[in-house]
Amino acid sequence: MARLARIALSPEELDRYAQQLAAVLEHAAQVAAAPTAGVPPTAHPFALVNVLRDDEPRPSLDPAVVLAEAPAAEDGRFKVPPILGEAP
Amino acid sequence: MTPAGWEAVIGLEVHCELRTRTKLFCGCRNEFGAPPNTHVCPVCLGLPGSLPVLNRQAVELAMRIGLALGCRIEPSVFHRKNYFYPDMPKDYQISQYDEPICVEGALTLPDGSRVGIVRAHLEEDTGKTSHIGESGRIHGAGYALVDYNRAGVPLVEIVSAPDIRSAQQARAYVAELRGVLVATGASDGRMEEGSLRVDANVSVRRAGSDVLGTRCEVKNLNSLRSLVRALEHEVARQVGLLEAGQPVVQETRHFDEDRGVTVALRSKEEAFDYRYFPEPDLVALAPEPAWREAVAASQPPLPAARRQALAELFGAARLEGPRAEQAETVLELGLDALVRAAAEAGVDPALALARTANEAAAQAEAARQVDPGAYVALLRMEQEGRLSATQAKTVLAELLQHGGDPADIAERLGLVGLDRGALASVVAEVVAAHPEEWSRFCAGEEKLAGFFTGQVMRRTRGQADGKLVAAELATRRAAEAGAP
Ligand SMILES: [Zn+2]
Repeated sequence: MARLARIALSPEELDRYAQQLAAVLEHAAQVAAAPTAGVPPTAHPFALVNVLRDDEPRPSLDPAVVLAEAPAAEDGRFKVPPILGEAP
Repeated sequence: MTPAGWEAVIGLEVHCELRTRTKLFCGCRNEFGAPPNTHVCPVCLGLPGSLPVLNRQAVELAMRIGLALGCRIEPSVFHRKNYFYPDMPKDYQISQYDEPICVEGALTLPDGSRVGIVRAHLEEDTGKTSHIGESGRIHGAGYALVDYNRAGVPLVEIVSAPDIRSAQQARAYVAELRGVLVATGASDGRMEEGSLRVDANVSVRRAGSDVLGTRCEVKNLNSLRSLVRALEHEVARQVGLLEAGQPVVQETRHFDEDRGVTVALRSKEEAFDYRYFPEPDLVALAPEPAWREAVAASQPPLPAARRQALAELFGAARLEGPRAEQAETVLELGLDALVRAAAEAGVDPALALARTANEAAAQAEAARQVDPGAYVALLRMEQEGRLSATQAKTVLAELLQHGGDPADIAERLGLVGLDRGALASVVAEVVAAHPEEWSRFCAGEEKLAGFFTGQVMRRTRGQADGKLVAAELATRRAAEAGAP
């Protein structure tokens, strides 16, 4: 899971998170055990559909502000480490 | 060309950037070519606490595409597609997964073949990464720069069934689909700007077999030419492997434009686990019937219907060969209405089609703005011999550039067609000046017609109509042959 999330963890952290994850999984198991026969699957707890906005432009951020948050920038763009392989 | 004895099985995924004013989930402008990172906000940068809100116009365009392709419009749900690549600042892309908005349609190509559409779904585009250093190649780049202006731009991904059997048919499919996308107003159709991007799933099998071979996905097909080259290469590569007794490995391949080959990117074992899950920040989409019906009722004429309308102008003469190519040109450029208007006003459809597909098409942007009445009036002047072909082209150039009344333009430029009597006397002068050539022409040496036409054009400084000159020469020769 740490690999999927691209997070480096120390052995102590691994122990701590393994315990926390166990609790999460236990909770998920309780949810999974709920009697759901005959209940249609839903993606959302709200009985809402079609929340839409009109196609009207709104101001974007100042690029200087945006790039100030980046670890590195060049040429008005975010600078990132070399990429192996292509976008999925 | 597919190697003899083999058949290609191709399915295409076409990504179409929608022509909205703003992005899919935020109010940043959807605009190509702006300075980098000037169209970004907390939503499309994925900053904590920001929430996406779906763009109504993007939904409407997706419905237009689906209806144009004969799809059903279904209730749909957005999912997060998780992956780590710096082109998406959120580390996920919002897409539609197992419940897409459009399902099960088909596109009929000009040759009558039918390609099934499995689905068309809404998703957001990614940012643009540029690989810097180390020869600019993807592998071994020094570092990368990212512009997020495109991140969050609305896309519709149209997935075809594996019904395509050759690179040429794939080309015809993308060309026709592009026509549909432009006609519906969903896309500007500019492949060179990345408005349409194509991935292909390709496998091969022995001709006549109905077993599916192992397929490869080929990416980076960004022009019709690249599409044909890449598919021809990939089909030949797979056939070569199988004929040598080697298996085709399921993998993703990248088309290298410079070398004209496909190269492996990753195999199935390295396939991504996208961990799709429903996007908790968005509710389901279920366009109400009234909205869907309003969209259906306001669909513009699609290329197939417009092609049919052009063909009907020619009736029994048929729309074939060079004429069919001219028809495709005017359809693609959206100039077919001019041809129809001229033909309906009595202009020979072949003349209307030729002028539109050649001279008008050369200035397509201006031709789309031209006053159809003036355009038709000009073609009528040419049709009636009041302007020669050369003169008509000159007036047309002026009309496209500055507008105006074609008769006024012709007068202002001193372009007045010779009347039949004046033309006859010029022809008589030319014949008298070249008695030897004339007797050879009368003896049946047809190529001399060009010589006489040239001489007449010289004396009239191009103001004579070539067709009328030919007719006058023929009349004259017939008269002499009949004389005692
Ligand atoms: Zn934004």
